[in-house]
Amino acid sequence: MPIHEKSLIRPENLKTHDQLVIDGVDVSGHWSTFIESRVVSDYNEALEAEIASLPGGEHIHRCWQCGSCTNSCTVNAINPDFNPRYWIYLIRMGMESELLRDKDIIWQCVSCNKCTYACPRDVFPEGVMKATAHWLERKGHTAKSPSMHFDEVFAEQVLKTGRIEESRTIRRFFARTKQGLFQDWMVEMVKGLLRGLPVGLLTRMGLATLIAPRTSNWSKASAAIQEYIDEQHTKQEEAMSLAQLIDTARRDAAA
Amino acid sequence: MTTKDKYKKVAYYPGCALEGTGHAYNRSTKAVGKALGLDLVEVKNWNCCGAMEVKNIDPKIQTYLSSRVMSVAANEMGMDVVMAPCNGCYHNLKKAEYDLKNDPSSVDVVGKLSDKAGHQAYKSGQVETIHALDWIKGAIGEEGLKERIKNSLAGIKIANYYGCMYTRPRHIFPEKDQGPGSESTSKPHFMDDLLAAAGAENVDFPLKTACCGGAHTMSDSDTSTRLVLNILKAAKMAGADVIATECPTCHSGLEMHQIRAEKRLGEKVDIKILYFTQLIGMALGLKPKKVGVHENVSDSMSFLKEKGLA
Ligand code: SF4
Ligand code: SF4
Ligand code: SF4
Ligand code: SF4
Repeated sequence: MPIHEKSLIRPENLKTHDQLVIDGVDVSGHWSTFIESRVVSDYNEALEAEIASLPGGEHIHRCWQCGSCTNSCTVNAINPDFNPRYWIYLIRMGMESELLRDKDIIWQCVSCNKCTYACPRDVFPEGVMKATAHWLERKGHTAKSPSMHFDEVFAEQVLKTGRIEESRTIRRFFARTKQGLFQDWMVEMVKGLLRGLPVGLLTRMGLATLIAPRTSNWSKASAAIQEYIDEQHTKQEEAMSLAQLIDTARRDAAA
Repeated sequence: MTTKDKYKKVAYYPGCALEGTGHAYNRSTKAVGKALGLDLVEVKNWNCCGAMEVKNIDPKIQTYLSSRVMSVAANEMGMDVVMAPCNGCYHNLKKAEYDLKNDPSSVDVVGKLSDKAGHQAYKSGQVETIHALDWIKGAIGEEGLKERIKNSLAGIKIANYYGCMYTRPRHIFPEKDQGPGSESTSKPHFMDDLLAAAGAENVDFPLKTACCGGAHTMSDSDTSTRLVLNILKAAKMAGADVIATECPTCHSGLEMHQIRAEKRLGEKVDIKILYFTQLIGMALGLKPKKVGVHENVSDSMSFLKEKGLA
């Protein structure tokens, strides 16, 4: 299937005129649609380096724009505006304002790695999508996406106990994103589960929601992981020149 | 040592999902192992491998979490094969193995974190990580399985669904795509091979490795529902009665969004969803209860009765 990149032309740049005569020739009507050329003047030359400093973005410089990622992409098949190749292009060119037009869909990458499978240059586009979503959030362009909330709820539990207990994770996620747990399809699922479950297993599942499974002697590992995450966070802030920004703001406020 | 002998006794890493929504897979995997005379020794005091979420916080933490599981198997239990039935776990252990082999900075981080956590760091090459499919195929093989079949799956049409993480990214599976006998990353066939040996008819299913949107099953449920609906419909169109799964996340994703598609989009696709271990277990003569059919969300009992398996 061809990739439709028509959406890359902004609708406001498509010009038709009801009444227009140029050099004595009548060019009225949509048959002579003009595309107004766009002028980009606000390049962020550091954009590629910023994305590359976040986990997953490391190999973005290798991209040669073949488009195999977009062509194989699961999400692109249901939403043509989801276009990894194009975003990689914008990032490498430093066209931040163009990238921001798509800021609300980038997080929707489902990590299927079809792009990674297809990419001839080992860019690992899946990682670039994650890095870009993080960049957007940390620069304040987007609120935390539902997916990031989920990652955090999940990671917090692993960090704390060493293991995941699904119903607890799901409950916390729904609470944090302010959604009700009793959605019609959830109720139907649980009904399906209740149908054949022996009492023993039900009690076990009930117990599991009270006592989260734990890996014993986990506290040392947990502390070490937390320390590492904090270290990395500081390094990335530096690379994204956020630290500098915060410093400047502080000094400004003090003056 | 031959693969057959090597896989006779393996370290078993069930992972978190197999203690929750994927309990039927846990039960059926163990039951099949027992019926085939294979020994599963659970990894002692295991931890979560990081699933699909932790890598988005930091990929190296995921590498560490997975490496700890392999370290326990190798250094505390003296095992040389770790078997993980969950695609997520299998994938993450393989990814950690790949990182520790190819990326010195991962070795460095894992070394430091293991030190602080107070256990020996895992070194690449200490264990071989395999999937439940590799396990049965390697330890028993199609011929061996054929000899042990009591209830043939004859007359059951199956679409084999492998999902994403069993084959992608290809980089972390150096043993795949190595010619005859090896698994293929573009058209995987190990599950097809085993179910065919059990008598089933595999349909030509184009979406074997399509993605069900599992990463956003909670955070972007509508996308997942649409992706699952594609998979269910394609299987139905290919003529399948059953979708066979080999991962708790894929399995519960299909079950959950089968219901959600009906509730939210008014699209009902009547197809049964069963773990391959449940199908093989029943072919080996085990009762549906023994392989946890009653623990599945979708109801396939009447279908199984009709086919003479229950
Ligand atoms: S497939 Fe790889 S090289 Fe091709 S456009 Fe995508 S990221 Fe770039
Ligand atoms: S990993 Fe993300 S970007 Fe890559 S193909 Fe899948 S959905 Fe598209
Ligand atoms: S991938 Fe899933 S099942 Fe495997 S350990 Fe991690 S959360 Fe648990
Ligand atoms: S198919 Fe779905 S659950 Fe299975 S590996 Fe892919 S995203 Fe995960």
